[in-house]
Amino acid sequence: MPPFQTLLDDHAAEVMGVLRGAVGRGDAEDCFQETFLAALRAYPKLNDASNLRGWLLTIAHRKAIDHHRANGRKPVPMADPPEVSVDDPGPTDDGIWTAVGALPPKQRAAVALRYGSDLPHAEIAAALGCSPEAARRSLHEGIKRLRKELA
Amino acid sequence: MKTSLDRLTERAEAEGLLDVAYASVDSPFGPLLLAATPRGLVRVNLPNYDPEETLEELAAKVSPRVLEAPAKFERARRELDLYFDGKLTEFDLPIDWQLTHGFRGKVQRAIKRIPYGQTRTYTEMARSAGNERAVRAAGTACGSNPIPIVVPCHRVLRSGGGLGGYGGGLPMKEELLKLEGVL
Repeated sequence: MPPFQTLLDDHAAEVMGVLRGAVGRGDAEDCFQETFLAALRAYPKLNDASNLRGWLLTIAHRKAIDHHRANGRKPVPMADPPEVSVDDPGPTDDGIWTAVGALPPKQRAAVALRYGSDLPHAEIAAALGCSPEAARRSLHEGIKRLRKELA
Repeated sequence: MKTSLDRLTERAEAEGLLDVAYASVDSPFGPLLLAATPRGLVRVNLPNYDPEETLEELAAKVSPRVLEAPAKFERARRELDLYFDGKLTEFDLPIDWQLTHGFRGKVQRAIKRIPYGQTRTYTEMARSAGNERAVRAAGTACGSNPIPIVVPCHRVLRSGGGLGGYGGGLPMKEELLKLEGVL
């Protein structure tokens, strides 16, 4: 296994971007911490280093889903708290990600994974714990809704 | 303001997940990479070796939970600065000896006890480690010292007075001996 620091160097910004899309800026930091602590705990027992990025994004999405469950699926606020951090440019188009953040959980996760992280359908399915067909459907529904919202 | 990564390192340490912390520290010879476990300093990488390779080696031999954590090395940084200024003669840093074993380990522990400004020969080191005839093995032990400078293998010379070898290059060994007033 490579030193864990290389996972942070290579993927921390992306994980943060995906989490902002999935849970909003206000809660992304907590989910980020939970994601990397969980990864650090499991890392020595991991026996396949061929897709560490996919592995991290899978954990990030479980944490995002946990977060939504813990919040009783209450709606994500439309206006996020102002950004204080200056070190991370994050996704460039805030309008789109705010709209993504307002999608139902499965659709939001599918869209964030596909376009935030560029994951193939099979990995999105693995991250969401559903079939590739269901992942494709969530993605499709999510995009349809986004088109309508942003039109 | 604390960054996400600082916070992560702190939480990892609090949960006992920071198996190997590392940081780069400046020296007159170039950047040194220091690595420590919760038990102590486990590795010093001299400037002429690739730090990436050393981190990979630590991930394989100690634990893959390797994180950059400069805050853990404030004392080591201070002591090294003083040492390179000629103002510190003995490091007071806990050491983790887990990367040394057997006869080499014995030689390296004996090297740690050579006082500042003094030198020993490879033969003397072999004797301190309990086998006077294993001079060549004592040389190998010096050459494979995982914690150079703090474990002062630069104080070990050839019997005839020659400098012998040094992982960081002979000019560095010479400079360190000059700093300590030996040359």
